[in-house]
Amino acid sequence: MSRQLLTHQTSVSDVAADHQTLRKPKRRNVGLAFIAPFSVLFLFVFIVPIGYSAYISMFQNKLIGGKVFIWFDNYIKLFQDSQFYDGVIRVVLFTAIQVPIMLFSAIALALAIDSLRLHGSRFFRIIVFLPYAIPAIVSTLMWGFMLGIRYGLIGSLNKAAGTSFNPFAPETTMISIGVMVTWGFTGYNMLIFYAALRAVPRELYEAAAIDGATEFQIVRHIKLPALRSSLIVTIIFSIIGTFQLFNEPNILTTLVSNSGITSYYTPNMYAYSLAFTGSQQGYAAALALVMAIFTIAIAYAVQIKGMKNAFNK
Amino acid sequence: MPSTSSPTAPTTAPSTRAAAPAPKLPSVRKRKLYTLANPRKSLTLTIVTGLFALYCIVPMLWLVINATKSQQDFVSSFGLGFGGHIALWDNVVQVFTFQDGIFSRWLLNTVLYVVIGAVVSTFLAALGGYALAKHDFVGRRAFLLIVLGSISVPGIALAIPQFLLFAQLGITNTPWAVLIPSFINPFGLYLMWVFSDQAVPTGLIEAARIDGAGELRIFLRIAFPLLAPATVTVLLFSFVSIWNNYFLPLIMLKDPAWYPLTIGINQWNKLGSTAGNGELIQNLVITGSLLMIIPLIVAFLSLQRYWQSGLSMGAIKD
Repeated sequence: MSRQLLTHQTSVSDVAADHQTLRKPKRRNVGLAFIAPFSVLFLFVFIVPIGYSAYISMFQNKLIGGKVFIWFDNYIKLFQDSQFYDGVIRVVLFTAIQVPIMLFSAIALALAIDSLRLHGSRFFRIIVFLPYAIPAIVSTLMWGFMLGIRYGLIGSLNKAAGTSFNPFAPETTMISIGVMVTWGFTGYNMLIFYAALRAVPRELYEAAAIDGATEFQIVRHIKLPALRSSLIVTIIFSIIGTFQLFNEPNILTTLVSNSGITSYYTPNMYAYSLAFTGSQQGYAAALALVMAIFTIAIAYAVQIKGMKNAFNK
Repeated sequence: MPSTSSPTAPTTAPSTRAAAPAPKLPSVRKRKLYTLANPRKSLTLTIVTGLFALYCIVPMLWLVINATKSQQDFVSSFGLGFGGHIALWDNVVQVFTFQDGIFSRWLLNTVLYVVIGAVVSTFLAALGGYALAKHDFVGRRAFLLIVLGSISVPGIALAIPQFLLFAQLGITNTPWAVLIPSFINPFGLYLMWVFSDQAVPTGLIEAARIDGAGELRIFLRIAFPLLAPATVTVLLFSFVSIWNNYFLPLIMLKDPAWYPLTIGINQWNKLGSTAGNGELIQNLVITGSLLMIIPLIVAFLSLQRYWQSGLSMGAIKD
């Protein structure tokens, strides 16, 4: 097909110029037509729901009188709701501890694999990534059973050692969830870092080596700076992910008892229980919107901070 | 650690490069030379990384081992050891026959959601990404900004309002409630935009236009085939995210006949744990989980080449 095109091109090249200018306004519409299906659906599943939730967040379901317009009362109530703060503080704490551990591990693994000093580095790359493909439901079941004291490895170990360590006691449940989340997402982040490292021109390392740089110096001055923009992206996506924590604690409630997981354990779980068991949709919508704004604000703060650092360099 | 061997690597590197044009002598093979491109392997580093790999692989091993146990063995035997006899086949048969074989229904539902969702979302992303990269139109920048901004909107902020909206329209508890949101993949659009920019030569499009090809035909016959690596990546990641989706179907669907596997398996898991007198079917929960992840692992392993290059593409652009 392309050969045919080329022969045509020479014979009609001067006609082409007019042709193109004639077509231009039409082609502007072509671009619009191409994004139209995406845009319409995007409007329907992103923009309209957000607008709709802003609208219903100003209503309250009352037993008598049905839906009542209450202005911003839901928001005022939310900011005085200790259960809401309980969940927010929990996910913020979780994020502050889990995300650095996960990203540090991911960078260390990416550096190890990129160093070419591993036996079987291809194998490691795949194995570390695979948990990403496992659905949260399966990973929570596996870890829940494994760490559980009734059927799990911990149960067997406790029996053997005569201890009574419980990974799903109220104080330790969050750590166990951290173990699960880190398990699931370290490999994904590792691959992003690894891809950024592979993009560094190899000649840089050769030049550095000729100048007598040690491997540690190469890591410090070439490899780590090359990871900056990937790091900002992974931090943002990790924060978005952990702020939405829902699947693991939700599934754990049916798997282990007395784990300390409440219906307001995370903001997401709270919104879910408000909307579906409490039928307080307006209040749930307000909560969801506030969390969305909070998340976006933090994501932007990270991005701006990251960019500032880049300028200072 | 690696520092013990690093002083040798920089010094040998230039010398081997100088020697490279010389014909390869058999003696070279005996005394291995370490270069920057092929440094000495470090056992310590391998072991440390191996520990992390162990963390990654133990739960999967646990799943495989426990899928071979009967319910009695599961309760009584050591977690990482095998049970009295291998009951894997019995478990698989039971998974497919329990509750009148509802597992196959869930599997079919999942396949339906995944195939339609992934294909439609990838095609829309390709069409949109290509238009953004290669066509100029009113509001192009604003469109890009809004769609990219939407990537950071948490799913929860969308799922609950989506549910309320869909309830108004009367499409909750139907496959549409799960399908329609999965048609939109902003990150896929972004990848397609980046990739179209690099992989589709504008000259080729111009040439086709001169030849009189329509714009849709140019996209389908010229641009789309050139976008193949990005298409596979977006397709695979949509596949995984829809296959693994839990929150959206959880709120949208009430009828077990429309459940995907994620919700169905959790339903079984609840069966066993509800207040003592329920029938414990953890062997089925575990075997079902194993069956559920096999297609994902196969897809990732067989399409490695594509998604790894696709991921790097996204990482470099940022």
